[in-house]
Amino acid sequence: MLKIKNLTAEIDGKQILNGLDLEVKAGEVHAIMGPNGAGKSTLSYVLSGRDGYDVTGGTAELDGINLLDLNPNERAAAGLFLAFQYPVEIPGVGMTNFLKTALNSIRKARGQNELEALDFLKILKSRQKELGIADDMLKRAVNVGFSGGEKKRNEVLQMAMLEPKFCILDETDSGLDIDALKIVADGVNKLRAPDRGFLVITHYQRLLDYIVPDVVHVLAKGKIVKTGGAELAKELEAKGYAELVA
Amino acid sequence: MSEPLTVAEQVQALNKYEAGFVTDIESDKAPKGLNEDIIRFISAKKNEPEWLLEWRLKSFEHWKKMPEPQWAKISHPPIDYQDAYYYSAPKAKLNSLDEADPKLLETFEKLGVPMRERARLAGVAVDVVFDSVSVATTFKEDLNKLGIIFCSISEAIRDHPDLIKKYMGSVVPFHDNKHACLNSAVFTDGSFVFIPEGVRCPMELSTYFRINEINTGQFERTLIIAEKGAYVSYLEGCTAPMRDENQLHAAVVELIAHEDAVIKYSTVQNWYPGDENGKGGIYNFVTKRGLCAGARSKISWTQVETGSAITWKYPSCVLKGDDSQGEFYSVAITNNFQQADTGTKMIHMGARTRSRIIAKTISAGKSDSTYRGLVKILAGADGARNYTQCDSLLVGDECGAHTVPYIESKNPRAKLEHEATTSKISDDQLFYCQQRGLSEEEAVALIVNGFCREVMQNLPMEFAVEAQKLIAISLEGSVG
Ligand SMILES: Nc1ncnc2c1ncn2[C@@H]1O[C@H](COP(=O)(O)OP(=O)(O)O)[C@@H](O)[C@H]1O
Ligand SMILES: [Mg+2]
Repeated sequence: MLKIKNLTAEIDGKQILNGLDLEVKAGEVHAIMGPNGAGKSTLSYVLSGRDGYDVTGGTAELDGINLLDLNPNERAAAGLFLAFQYPVEIPGVGMTNFLKTALNSIRKARGQNELEALDFLKILKSRQKELGIADDMLKRAVNVGFSGGEKKRNEVLQMAMLEPKFCILDETDSGLDIDALKIVADGVNKLRAPDRGFLVITHYQRLLDYIVPDVVHVLAKGKIVKTGGAELAKELEAKGYAELVA
Repeated sequence: MSEPLTVAEQVQALNKYEAGFVTDIESDKAPKGLNEDIIRFISAKKNEPEWLLEWRLKSFEHWKKMPEPQWAKISHPPIDYQDAYYYSAPKAKLNSLDEADPKLLETFEKLGVPMRERARLAGVAVDVVFDSVSVATTFKEDLNKLGIIFCSISEAIRDHPDLIKKYMGSVVPFHDNKHACLNSAVFTDGSFVFIPEGVRCPMELSTYFRINEINTGQFERTLIIAEKGAYVSYLEGCTAPMRDENQLHAAVVELIAHEDAVIKYSTVQNWYPGDENGKGGIYNFVTKRGLCAGARSKISWTQVETGSAITWKYPSCVLKGDDSQGEFYSVAITNNFQQADTGTKMIHMGARTRSRIIAKTISAGKSDSTYRGLVKILAGADGARNYTQCDSLLVGDECGAHTVPYIESKNPRAKLEHEATTSKISDDQLFYCQQRGLSEEEAVALIVNGFCREVMQNLPMEFAVEAQKLIAISLEGSVG
């Protein structure tokens, strides 16, 4: 599903990713752990095509489609979704309108018909129910005045609405208390499916108690330095990153 | 072939011609330039009473001596008033929509303008294509039953001379400013609305449904009177792109609200802005003013300004009646080389008068946009209050946005609040939207519409939807 080979990338001429290899198969959940500044967010931005993150070598494919050739919105249409570490506020843009605009842009790009308001609302209602999201949240402007927990749940709601093939979650656990963390993890688990892949980026092992990964990688200094099963996360929790990074 | 008639001869001929100037007018066009004869010609064409011709001539005499307004932050070469036409007959109608400019049709498509509207807006003869005449007639009958008058200003001059005499020029005097003065001398048509006492106008009155509207854009004149306790919502303009051969536009709008009356006036202005190199485009110099004459009356201006090469426009409220209210909600978007200097004046005269100003300014490309607002509190305006909020949004690095608030208060007990912000669309916001599937242009349009929400929600529903799409269209090419 997602195939990354020898990926190198820089920001402002400074090399951040140093030949990164990674393969995630459909239906799998991979976790990426690593110290601050290792390049975890950089990897998510490079994959999603953010300006200022320059790829200098290597490849990244999603189901055979070369992601690196596409605009960010084309990558979204190809099925890539990024749940942001810091979701941004968009004043005056209502949540419902935002979701509808996003879904219809993606449907259009995929050659599907755009949804009428009524059909859209039906889908939204059912996703909202599944994820236990209150009406009130959808009446507000995108992320404006949302608590940390609400922002992350909002990311999961968007993920559910856009039905991506592959989801990257960048430190979705940061700033969440344990209850909020459980709700978010629960939402993600509901979206796990045989034809969908996940890359869960986290600094702490805690999230992985709730979203149990198939594979755990350690990212340090811009490359994968160690790969193992779910137990690797526990090991890291006990020993810290120091040994691996050294 | 005979020699073409001189203007003076044409005027003479017209004066002899008693009835039916409507049919005769078809092929006529006054020569270029502005002089007394041209004004006589216009007045004669319209079969106007003597007093109105006098008024026009008086305005013209005054206009000749008046300097151009200087305060606005706009620049253009000096206007050669002699190099323009001041009267031309309605253009030939098209026979079907197929004859219309394909670019225009494309924009209709993007805006989602209803099919029947498209034909009318593109200038297809109404009777050829659809039943808008009968629609308009039905509306007129409904309005007549309520005693509402809604007609062209020419018809009003003919049929309701007393109202015209009493009110025209009463809010915007002919000598108000050079542009208004020119309009007073040469105005060709416009709308007239009268709502009798206690009547709530049951529909949005819009220039869409006016039959005689062709070619009135250049020197349009509108007069709306709401008697005691009356209510009316009026829509001016349309979201479709409006092209005009005439570069100079100088409209005048006067509103009068008596005791407890409410007038809501919404505008979408989309005159041709010129091309992406700043060539061509309309100079839109508009004088709009409302008088809250009676106690507890209210006038609310809402405008979405996206067109014109230069916009010079300050819809204002004179709050004379005690407890009267004025509102100004504005979105002004400039792109490419457009210039806009727009805002409002709130003149508080009566006690406890209130005003509210929400101005959203969006600049993109190499454009320049200024909000200019005056809040003036006279000594007698005890307990007057104003709230002003001006927000500017910049798209890109080459544009400018400026806020120029003037406050003059002669009453120490008045309460004034002013808030202003300037922001840029952030890369974070753009990327977030793009990651959710929106193209960069769609993302900009969405963010800008969010920025304008407080104003847009004041527009009548159907209009708001079109206006949202219009914002997207006017920002095309502003990124990437
Ligand atoms: N916008 C930026 N400009 C310059 N350097 C950056 C920028 N973003 C990240 N970096 C640098 O790239 C490295 C990796 O950062 P990041 O990917 O955010 O790490 P992580 O998410 O693993 O904490 C760090 O050294 C950081 O300072
Ligand atoms: Mg990070």
